Amino acid sequence: MSSIANAGLKFFTVKEITGPLLLCESVTGVSYGEVVRVLTPTGDEQNGQVIDTSDKVTVIQVFEGTSGLNVDATAVRFTGETIKLPVSMDMLGRMFTGSGKPADGGPDIIPEDYLDVHAATINPYSRAHPSKFIQTGVSVIDGLNTLLLGQKLPLLSGTGLPHKLLASQIVRQAKVVGEEEGFTIVFAAMGITGDEVKFFRDDFLKMGAMSRVVMFVNLAEDPAIERILTPRLALTTAEYLAFEQNLNVLVILVDMTNYCEALREISAALREIPGRRGYPGYMYTDLATIYERAGIIRGQKGSVTQMPILTMPDDDVTHPIADLTSYITEGQIILDRGMAKRGIYPPINPLPCLSRLMDKGIGPNKTRGDHKQLSDQLYYAYSEGKIVQGTAMVSGEKALTNTDKLYLKFLERFEKEFISQSFDENRDIEETLNIGWSLLSILPETELTRIDPAIIKEYHPHYKQLSSG
Amino acid sequence: MSETTVGTVSRIAGSFVTAKHMTGSRMFELAKVGEAGIIGEIIRLEGDVAVIQAYEETEGLKLGEKVFGTGKPLSVELGPGLIGQIFDGVQRPLTVISDTFGPLIQRGVEAPALDRKKKWYFQPKMKKGIKAIGGDLLGIVQETPLVKHGIIVPPNVGGVVEDICSEGDYTIADPIAEIRTAEGVKRLFLMHTWPVRRPRPYKAMLPLTMPLLSGQRIIDSFFPVAKGGIAAITGGFGTGKTVVLQTLAIWIDADIVIYIGCGERGNEMADVLERFSKLKITRLDQPLMSRTIFVANVSNMPIVAREASIYTGITLAEYYRDMGYNVAVMADSTSRWAEALREISGRLEEMPGEEGYPAYLASRLAEFYARAGHVQSIGSEEREGSITVLAAISPPGGDFSEPVTTNTLRLAKVFWALDFALAHRRHFPAINWFMSYSEYLHMLEPWFTNVERDWQKLSEEARTLLKEEEELREIVALIGAEILGDKQRSIFEAAKMLKEYFLLQNAFHPVDSYCPIDKTYRMLRTLLKFYKKTKTAIDSGVSLTKILSLSVREELSRLKTIPSKEFNEANLELNREMDEQFEKLISEASGSEST
Repeated sequence: MSSIANAGLKFFTVKEITGPLLLCESVTGVSYGEVVRVLTPTGDEQNGQVIDTSDKVTVIQVFEGTSGLNVDATAVRFTGETIKLPVSMDMLGRMFTGSGKPADGGPDIIPEDYLDVHAATINPYSRAHPSKFIQTGVSVIDGLNTLLLGQKLPLLSGTGLPHKLLASQIVRQAKVVGEEEGFTIVFAAMGITGDEVKFFRDDFLKMGAMSRVVMFVNLAEDPAIERILTPRLALTTAEYLAFEQNLNVLVILVDMTNYCEALREISAALREIPGRRGYPGYMYTDLATIYERAGIIRGQKGSVTQMPILTMPDDDVTHPIADLTSYITEGQIILDRGMAKRGIYPPINPLPCLSRLMDKGIGPNKTRGDHKQLSDQLYYAYSEGKIVQGTAMVSGEKALTNTDKLYLKFLERFEKEFISQSFDENRDIEETLNIGWSLLSILPETELTRIDPAIIKEYHPHYKQLSSG
Repeated sequence: MSETTVGTVSRIAGSFVTAKHMTGSRMFELAKVGEAGIIGEIIRLEGDVAVIQAYEETEGLKLGEKVFGTGKPLSVELGPGLIGQIFDGVQRPLTVISDTFGPLIQRGVEAPALDRKKKWYFQPKMKKGIKAIGGDLLGIVQETPLVKHGIIVPPNVGGVVEDICSEGDYTIADPIAEIRTAEGVKRLFLMHTWPVRRPRPYKAMLPLTMPLLSGQRIIDSFFPVAKGGIAAITGGFGTGKTVVLQTLAIWIDADIVIYIGCGERGNEMADVLERFSKLKITRLDQPLMSRTIFVANVSNMPIVAREASIYTGITLAEYYRDMGYNVAVMADSTSRWAEALREISGRLEEMPGEEGYPAYLASRLAEFYARAGHVQSIGSEEREGSITVLAAISPPGGDFSEPVTTNTLRLAKVFWALDFALAHRRHFPAINWFMSYSEYLHMLEPWFTNVERDWQKLSEEARTLLKEEEELREIVALIGAEILGDKQRSIFEAAKMLKEYFLLQNAFHPVDSYCPIDKTYRMLRTLLKFYKKTKTAIDSGVSLTKILSLSVREELSRLKTIPSKEFNEANLELNREMDEQFEKLISEASGSEST
């Protein structure tokens, strides 16, 4: 074993390279999580991190990947530091690589601070519970699965579904009602293609919002291992902007599936015992260290709201990535292939969707007094409509009662008028709720069991006509 | 191993630290690692090499740093000041940490679990010269308006009381009594410590005879849990496990509630803390927090502390049980605990069992659940206490055949199966009435029969109706609804009413969120009476359409939102109207027949 006095110097002690990992002889004083500079045979410098160290061997994960490295001519240098991200307000408007280097040809930023990318846990007692309504202008979200400031709400999608379009619509339209300032966006791309990044970037430019955006981009062709770092850099930036600069930050993480694949790759290289479908057993905990970095701190002004996006392999919502994500996040918005095929945009089937925090951010003085009950009733009616539709498909219309037929009519119009809207249509919450009422008026009033009579009298179009007529 | 014996770090991998030269260490002993003094627990010993699982992040820890043994296993402090507190998985007080160190939990922050400075008014109940054994009452401290905190002789101590202090204010650090034990004189305090992994002793296990009422209609009427029992609430994401557990934590008729947030969401914990601090126990008009303790180890806190959190929680529960209280423990979610176990086992490179969980998952679960029960407490005095465990399970993909669910169901006697289909139509609590069960029904029968003579009959009738509807629905799906006669249609209508007006319960409605047991049964009786009358009326030639348009039907839907004070009268009135309206229909029908 070499001496600690040599730390900081170059070492040619690489013993083995396996997948994204580099195994080298240990040095006393190596610390866990320490940043390592890896000097490639061609003289380039790459970054790595110690993920296991013992008297015998130290395991380093190399963020830029191990291609081109060899055992003889690769050197490593221990820096004695853990991973820190230089942050400053100058990051706004900039684009960085997945490991935090400028990627837009601009200069390095002049840091105001260096922050540990693995942030300390927010004390649950110090959190303020999210309670402010974010209007996304999308009816099926605002009306039925409301997003709140400080919430983490993922979009679970599939390949070829319009989640990018929806995400960009939300970014464009999202606002906290009653607050002047819009959102600051931190955008982290993991393993997506160059033209997808371009789509978002063009969209930000078109909105004239680029000065409020920080982008971290790891492309599909970039090393997979770098993706482990990308969301953490993005969230460290977001926390800096939210809790030091008092901004409302919306973080878009796309695509978390690629992140999880990278996690699996490292786990396999470490020969760890795999959990479900080969993903490591600690994936829940690992994802939690990302998703839990959303919220509001009591007594502070800023907030971090997260919208992770992931493409479910084979549209399978029970796949470990989608499943664990939904267990950690505060709800889920699920895109539906069947609806997309029928040309419905946004193709969101509300039934399996959920916003766990919704109840805290809606109601009188926030959205409207009827919001909760209206939403419950719409849910019930849509689900009833689906059952009727199923019966009609098997046994034909003859099997339906008169009420059944009304539910069927409700179902069709609900998909056409409430769920469907165009990519640039920004509906305010009043409009969304009013559409809901006009659809409920298809059904006999006795069916509206989820709504208090007083609320029916106040909002039902039937009574409104009476009072105005 | 004493504090002076020092080992050195020889490997660091995640939260697992290997240390050598640890001669004399014991399993599950606490160790302090490195300059930062990271606390960890020894979970494997091989020769003089110890594997330590750290309760905090190990980033920055270096090879060769020193490791100190503490000689003690992970223990909790038991004494006045627990109630109303919010602890993490290893009993660090999160409120104090927040006030002292700010909103982030930085590594190495330490604070004693119980306030050392706070004075408690102690009233002695023990006299000098008496021979006392573990569990005997030394005195009383009024901890909160609801909790008379019995200061007891710790379970492992016994002897002649040589001295006991007089009535007055004491801190938990002041000695209050001296006992001459076989090992010499021992000083006792308002507080003592207890290792979390060791169950506290009791005299005898007693049969379960009392229900733990929840105020939730479907639970109290169909699937009740007994005081001292075990219930598992299982469901995929979004089916409402957490809401059910929180609702129970608010309404359940236990003396003490211990809520363990094990690997769950930070915002959710914030919500429950905020809500609970504002809520009152209406029947007692006291703040909810005056009977509640939180153990909050959210998902991004170290998994090792998560693994410990359920033991911390249940040990607190045992302490209050020993005083003679009925304690309810909510564990949300035991799946996250099991995952922590799996993660630790994986890091130790143990041979995995089913789905990567260690082979000892079943025995660990059994050990934990064995700490529930209705017992006769230790001590000379006759005292009974109970611990009821209500555990959430979050099966991956909502698949109930996975190891945590199946192993838990072998121990739990009540199963509340949450259903995606119900949750999707916003029917909450989404407890599936076909899959769920309670094995306590039989044991609790005498108690319920005292409340309502025909309790069992009512509950069975209701469940039969739901079953009939299900079968009929299958037939209809095949051959269509048009062949149904009024009588069969009435089954659909009655089942729908039962679901919508009775089983559906709004956890956030001021009245509906809590339904007292007598209201639950009266509602059920009234609804079933409507069904019976419907059938009779149809037999007498009345059309179903006419019955459904009766004004009482509308009123039935509002029964649940009638405050319990006004309920009996309103219910009687409704029953009278129902009789009248049906009589009128039947006489009209027979009248038109005769003409």
